[in-house]
Amino acid sequence: QSSPSSPEPASLPAEDLSTNSNGPKPAEIMLDDDREDLFAEATEEVSLDSPERDPILSPEPTPAITPVTPTALIAPRMESKSITTPVIFDRSREEIEEEANGDLFDIEINVSDPEKVGDGMNAYMAYRVTTKTSLSMFHKNEFSVKRRFSDFLGLHSKLATKYMHVGYIVPPAPEKSIVGMTKVKVGKEDSSSTEFVEKRRAALERYLQRTVKHPTLLQDPDLRQFLESSELPRAVNTQALSGAGILRMVNKAADAVNKMTIKMNESDAWFEEKQQQFENLDQQLRKLHTSVEALVCHRKELSANTAAFAKSAAMLGNSEDHTALSRALSQLAEVEEKIDQLHQEQAFADFYVFSELLGDYIRLIAAVKGVFDHRMKCWQKWQDAQVTLQKKREAEAKLQLANKPDKLQQAKDEIKEWETKVQQGEKDFEQISKTIRKEVGRFEACINKERVKDFKTVIIKYLESLVQAQQQLIKYWEAFLPEAKAIA
Amino acid sequence: QLSVRGKNKKEKLEDFFKNMVKSADGVIVSGVKDVDDFFEHERTFLVEYHNRVKDASAKSDKMTRSHKNVADDYNRIGSSLYALGTQDSTDICKFFLKVSELFDKTRKIEARVSADEDLKLSDLLKYYLRESQAAKDLLYRRSRSLVDYENANKALDKARAKNKDVLQAETTQQICCQKFEKISESAKQELIDFKTRRVAAFRKNLVELAELELKHAKGNLQLLQSCLAVLNGDT
Repeated sequence: QSSPSSPEPASLPAEDLSTNSNGPKPAEIMLDDDREDLFAEATEEVSLDSPERDPILSPEPTPAITPVTPTALIAPRMESKSITTPVIFDRSREEIEEEANGDLFDIEINVSDPEKVGDGMNAYMAYRVTTKTSLSMFHKNEFSVKRRFSDFLGLHSKLATKYMHVGYIVPPAPEKSIVGMTKVKVGKEDSSSTEFVEKRRAALERYLQRTVKHPTLLQDPDLRQFLESSELPRAVNTQALSGAGILRMVNKAADAVNKMTIKMNESDAWFEEKQQQFENLDQQLRKLHTSVEALVCHRKELSANTAAFAKSAAMLGNSEDHTALSRALSQLAEVEEKIDQLHQEQAFADFYVFSELLGDYIRLIAAVKGVFDHRMKCWQKWQDAQVTLQKKREAEAKLQLANKPDKLQQAKDEIKEWETKVQQGEKDFEQISKTIRKEVGRFEACINKERVKDFKTVIIKYLESLVQAQQQLIKYWEAFLPEAKAIA
Repeated sequence: QLSVRGKNKKEKLEDFFKNMVKSADGVIVSGVKDVDDFFEHERTFLVEYHNRVKDASAKSDKMTRSHKNVADDYNRIGSSLYALGTQDSTDICKFFLKVSELFDKTRKIEARVSADEDLKLSDLLKYYLRESQAAKDLLYRRSRSLVDYENANKALDKARAKNKDVLQAETTQQICCQKFEKISESAKQELIDFKTRRVAAFRKNLVELAELELKHAKGNLQLLQSCLAVLNGDT
């Protein structure tokens, strides 16, 4: 039954699955074996030019939001048509986790060398994406490609539509920024547009690093294509694909869920608790983010107002006819001007980075909430199928009495169809629940830790800049004090 | 007596120069020219100074208000971080809690900086805005008195020419002259005092401002360094 070229399956014993007394139907066990094989084949045998890859690497841009069931990926090989790809990779991910060492995650991504391509409003920045890896799924150990921002958004969109509706927390893409990018396009070679490009480069790098750290996403062919392929079909409709766009999609899903008066019979307290937790976290983070943005705004105002005051104080000093006082006022003006400069510089920039990280984290939480919402939609679909099945049964019963043989046959067929759908619905629901549990576990164990590290690094840098600023401030006021005392 | 609507600056100046030209022939009182030089200088100085103090006062108010806004933001951020920090005991919540302490303490210091600036700088400027306005008003009253004096002189000349009511005209002229000299003397003294007080007040407040700013900056520095120690000390 196993393919001759499949490698020795990893150590997961077959009985591991059958001891799930409540769960899997017999079909599942067979599918697991298939899963192993398919995984092996998907990574080892499929060559670049094999026809199987074509459905994946469609030259047309991915239609924006329509969820793509990944069955296309393995359709040519599948006996059963009701498996979704992530389920297959789920097994391999378990394998990977069992290996429990870094080898299989040996992949390093760098985003560098931003380069402006083109002129005027059609111009764009191209970034170099370099991958260093020893993973065998890639064709080389070190390779690099040129990508533009919309390519990243396109990648995220594909991953989100493929994996979120089955419960995977797909790392969010960086935000689009119309203002920042316009400056760059228009050719403003000033420090703010350089800063913008650098921030974007860093954000893109973080995004890719997080994406490849996800064991399931790492297997995805679109991701591989993004990293390896020298030519990439242009992602269109990136408005819908932007971080804000995905967020809108997620929010729409959430709204749809809320509007449906599903009081889901949550038999699983874990889900209820976690959902509430993430909801709270989301609200609090948004509040924090608003306050932080207000601070960034007010600091800018403070800077402007300090500069204006400095000028005004200088003018006052000029018109003051008492010499010593005049000089002191001029000095005051200088001190205030220097203070303004201090505020504008490093500390401000570092705090802004904190604000961006926060926004990033909020988008991540939104993604987590999204998968919970998808689970509810999944449940609803299952429930709807059950209702429809019931209706079909009632219809069939009626037809039995009415004695219409041909319609009866159709009714029986429809019942079969919906019985399958109900079964599938239940399976999908169980699967997404299982996946979410794993993902949330991963989130709590690894992702949060990473984010804390990121936040911490940023805050520490900010504090260090503040320390320097305060030390400068002290110097300025200490220099001014004798001038003030000299007024006689 | 000041009229209900005080004459604006332009009108006052116009009056003054109008009458200066008219009275160039008629003014006999000795010493007027010297005194006029002093007042001439004062007028020029006060007009410009008043405008600049007005501007500085407005800009200082704006700056102080911005500082207060920043302090309020720190307060809100501190509260938000605290709410986040107390949600559960995950790593990220613990981190948020620590940072909330930082913001809370920073907020206090920023609020004090803002309050001190308000007191030592904004209030000072506001006060001298009023004072310089009062000084200008004084100058105006003096030039009104000068106008009266000029008019009394002209009336006297006319009376002498017509040889009618000469005595009354002489009396009026003398009263006006006395009034003018009196107000000139007191105005001069007041304006000199004004300068002395101004210089002293600015000195006091600027010294205190600098000392307070230093105190807050040093306090802030200590706070930041201890916070860094805590964050860096944690693995």
